[in-house]
Amino acid sequence: MHRLILNKIVLVLSTLSAVIGISFLFWILATLTYKGVSSIHWSTFTNDLVEGGIRNLLVGQFTMAIIASVVAVPIGMMAGIYLREYGHGSKLASVIRNLSDVMMSAPSIVIGVFVFALFVDPFGGYNGWAGIIALAIMMIPIIISTTDNMLSLVPTELREAGMALGGSKHKIILQIVVKAAKVGITTGVLLSFARIIGETAPLLFTSANNQFFTMDLTEQFPSLTVSIYNLATYPDSESRELAWAAAFILTMIVLFINLIGRYAIRNKK
Amino acid sequence: MSGKLFRNFSFLSATLSFFLLVGIFAILFTYAQEAMQEFGFDFLLSETWEADEDDEGGIFGGYIPIIGTLLSTLIAMTLAVPLAMGIAIFLTEIASDTIGKPVSIAIELLAAIPSIIYGMWGLFYFAPIVQSVFGGNGVGLLTAGMVLAIMVIPFMAAISRDAMNTTPLVLKESAYAMGATKFEVIKDVIMPYSKGGIIGSIILSLGRALGETMAVAFLIGSVMSIPGSITDPTTSIPVLLANNFAEAQDLEMSSMYFLALILFVVSFIIISVAKFYFLGRKVK
Repeated sequence: MHRLILNKIVLVLSTLSAVIGISFLFWILATLTYKGVSSIHWSTFTNDLVEGGIRNLLVGQFTMAIIASVVAVPIGMMAGIYLREYGHGSKLASVIRNLSDVMMSAPSIVIGVFVFALFVDPFGGYNGWAGIIALAIMMIPIIISTTDNMLSLVPTELREAGMALGGSKHKIILQIVVKAAKVGITTGVLLSFARIIGETAPLLFTSANNQFFTMDLTEQFPSLTVSIYNLATYPDSESRELAWAAAFILTMIVLFINLIGRYAIRNKK
Repeated sequence: MSGKLFRNFSFLSATLSFFLLVGIFAILFTYAQEAMQEFGFDFLLSETWEADEDDEGGIFGGYIPIIGTLLSTLIAMTLAVPLAMGIAIFLTEIASDTIGKPVSIAIELLAAIPSIIYGMWGLFYFAPIVQSVFGGNGVGLLTAGMVLAIMVIPFMAAISRDAMNTTPLVLKESAYAMGATKFEVIKDVIMPYSKGGIIGSIILSLGRALGETMAVAFLIGSVMSIPGSITDPTTSIPVLLANNFAEAQDLEMSSMYFLALILFVVSFIIISVAKFYFLGRKVK
């Protein structure tokens, strides 16, 4: 019964791969929790990096990610609307759709280099805006692709019903089509936010980092992820502990947003 | 907002991706000019990376970071492909809904963890294990490749699972009705049917691994030397850029732009191939 044995072997190996995959998730989460929780004190949240806390880093990271979203979400959604509602079926739309997909997978460090050349070098130094631009460039293609996909799920009949009522094209898009795709688009926005809030490479030489609290986007801007990279490689144990605390908090934030985006919102539908 | 304005704004937003791509290429190409003219094609094959004492010139070659990038990606893909396929098969054919769903969620969450976390965890927890099993000093090609594999597995598994899930039930049932085992159904029905999607997922993951910065930066060792063995430290294009780009001057800076351009073009080609030949995005 050679084929039955072969079958068993393959099934066991597949199950084993799944077990290995999940073990890594638990291993990483367990390490982070073990190292992170013991390193977190109240002062971690109230002090800035210079005093051994991450207050300014959290504020800085969120500020950049939120402003990047404010820039990227409307642009990405409008582009998605063009691809699906105006340019649908045209050669131009399909070219743009493909280029946007390519942009989505472009190495983030290269985007950092690009933004450095345009917005750091000519302006005399690292600044928060450059970091925001780099994050927005990463986010736009993701939003385009989600909007495009979600709008494609809206039945044509809805659009036709709108037209039959004499609605103009943009009114139909905004008040019927986009509304119908709201849940999916919101999920996409949340997931892409979770993605960029954990980014390090595009920030390394755009906004760089700042030990102090600042809201001035024209100077070096505090970043949680860049700080983790720096702190983890310092030899002293205090820096390392802070790195673990920051890593734990970052992961919790990212996973929490993912869970909300993937499961909470979707199930409400 | 009038309809026309709305339409124009949406058109402009859509063309932005095009201008970004062209813009990135143009900027990298322009800034890499100095290095291109100085070193030409030899840049790819030269192992020397040395600035002159006055920091103005020097000899820069991209061979080491290029080889480091390729080798770490190769190790990652060798390990990731079988495991990711196993997970995808488990999710589509073996697991019942009650087990499959949580496993799917776990795999998706694993894909969402930021790369810097993989790097840090890898440095403190995974590298020592690699060191005790394979020797070397912990950080190096092998560790970087292995952690890269752990990073791309969930991504690859999730896309392959989606591809395998598109196999029509009738096809599978017909095969089972003929007395085929699960393995035979997987090998002769599901795999051929979802081949395009699976190969696409592999190539997309390859693109990810090539351009991955933070996880590798912690683990590859960041030294400009050719690895003599698989556990030796070396460097990769993204890691070299991450650590040295901002401090570089003139010709060295230009050489860094050259490396960024090479990475950008290579990933552009890889992603395009994956998208157009294998994934063939369905436009309804």
